[in-house]
Amino acid sequence: MYSKKVMEHFMNPRNVGELPDANGCGEVGNPVCGDIMHIEIKVEDDIIQDIKFKTFGCAAAIATSSMVTELVKGKTLAEAERITNRSVAEALDGLPPVKMHCSNLAADALHEAIKNYMEKHEQKANRQ
Amino acid sequence: MKSIYMDHSATTPVDTRVFEAMIPYYTSEFGNASSVHSKGQTARKAVETGREQIAALLNANPREIIFTSGGTEADNQAIITYALNNSKKGKHLITSAIEHHAVLDSFHYLAGLGYDVTVLPVNHQGMVEPETLAGAIRPDTTLVSIMHANNEIGTVQPIEELAAISHKAGAVFHTDAVQTFGKIPIDVKKMGIDMLSASSHKLHGPKGIGCLYVRKGIRIKNLFHGGGQESKLRAGTENVPGIVGFGKAAEIAGQEMQQRAEHLNRLSQRLREGIVKSIPNTIVTGHPELRVPGSVSVCFEFVEGESILLMLDSYGIMASSGSACTSGALDPSHVLLAIGLPHEIAHGSLRLTLGKDNTQEDVDYVLEVLPRIIANLRRMSPLASKGGSY
Repeated sequence: MYSKKVMEHFMNPRNVGELPDANGCGEVGNPVCGDIMHIEIKVEDDIIQDIKFKTFGCAAAIATSSMVTELVKGKTLAEAERITNRSVAEALDGLPPVKMHCSNLAADALHEAIKNYMEKHEQKANRQ
Repeated sequence: MKSIYMDHSATTPVDTRVFEAMIPYYTSEFGNASSVHSKGQTARKAVETGREQIAALLNANPREIIFTSGGTEADNQAIITYALNNSKKGKHLITSAIEHHAVLDSFHYLAGLGYDVTVLPVNHQGMVEPETLAGAIRPDTTLVSIMHANNEIGTVQPIEELAAISHKAGAVFHTDAVQTFGKIPIDVKKMGIDMLSASSHKLHGPKGIGCLYVRKGIRIKNLFHGGGQESKLRAGTENVPGIVGFGKAAEIAGQEMQQRAEHLNRLSQRLREGIVKSIPNTIVTGHPELRVPGSVSVCFEFVEGESILLMLDSYGIMASSGSACTSGALDPSHVLLAIGLPHEIAHGSLRLTLGKDNTQEDVDYVLEVLPRIIANLRRMSPLASKGGSY
């Protein structure tokens, strides 16, 4: 059903938790659908210095969350914005077709976190 | 690694005594039960012995048993052909919201043909309340189908009362007894059951064989065309080894029913109590007492069922869940929703169904591993850290 890589990330997820000094966070999904992904990022000089996630959902939801954190840690915001749900799935050697829509939202959560950071950043710039 | 199977509501291993009884009918006694020659007659005798063994466990006449490919075919044949055959009497049919899809989809098919189908709700313990049926039944109701026990939450229905209400209104009563045949006593005469579906592989018999009990005088029809087997009600060469195995499994189940039930009830009580004690925010589903022996059904808040199953599997524990992700659908199980659980709770469902070969050691191993798995998944869950206020 799942690739070895999905199972490996599901069993040993990277970057689980919260960032006390996060400056951007994003959340997608809802409990009714059975998937919620919450991502927090710490951005400095346009680089994602640190990232953590918390996910409620199936193995695909957890593995994609773990993978997206690994893919973007240390990357620039511009690089992170180019990550898509599809590229996360590809990095995991694919997902079963039924999981492509409902449980493959990690990149969306990341983009929400970046958007949140940008908004805060702009507000700060405007105030100065 | 350990291999602990706790998914006996899905299927069971074939008992070695059953398997040994079947072997000759694959090899030396391979005859077609319709053949006139001696090999055919040996096969015929084996089929009729199987029929007697099944009938004995139901307190039925062997002539009232029709062999089918399994529970699904038996449900389809009972519901669809009885409704079609009796449409002049009426076109109103009744079933419940927690039936197996073999039943629900048969009624759905009939609704598409213009039948009026009432789907009864259940209470929060998964029980069809007799008053609910009494309130829904009409003079033009021809058939009522309510399962004996539910496959997901284990609740056993008040069949005797439900059948009596059906008969009072002139309707025939069918029950899907796939989860109970061979596990708890069934007396079709005493309980007033007109038709009953059963399956072999749930009671340590082979897959691909089941049966439909049809009380004498109830008129149904064949689903398949092409032969006069099973009193012209089921065309196709009889699955002789399957029937032999099913019969043997039923015979053994009858002999060992009480001791198996005691064993299963003891283990499932230990498991259920252990889970509730060691894992907070656990919801036990189904009826507290009126349950199929060995069935433990729970929901864990803030976590998702498929994740639990895969984590358990990595420890060698095999179970099942009614979460959406395990069904390939977007919604969690219709049974969990029908008992009034919100979607987010139903997503965290876990079903552990024990079998005769499970031991107290197996239960204790699950109780050692499961709390760690749930705690681990909750550490990952954004719902748990919000204190559950979603």
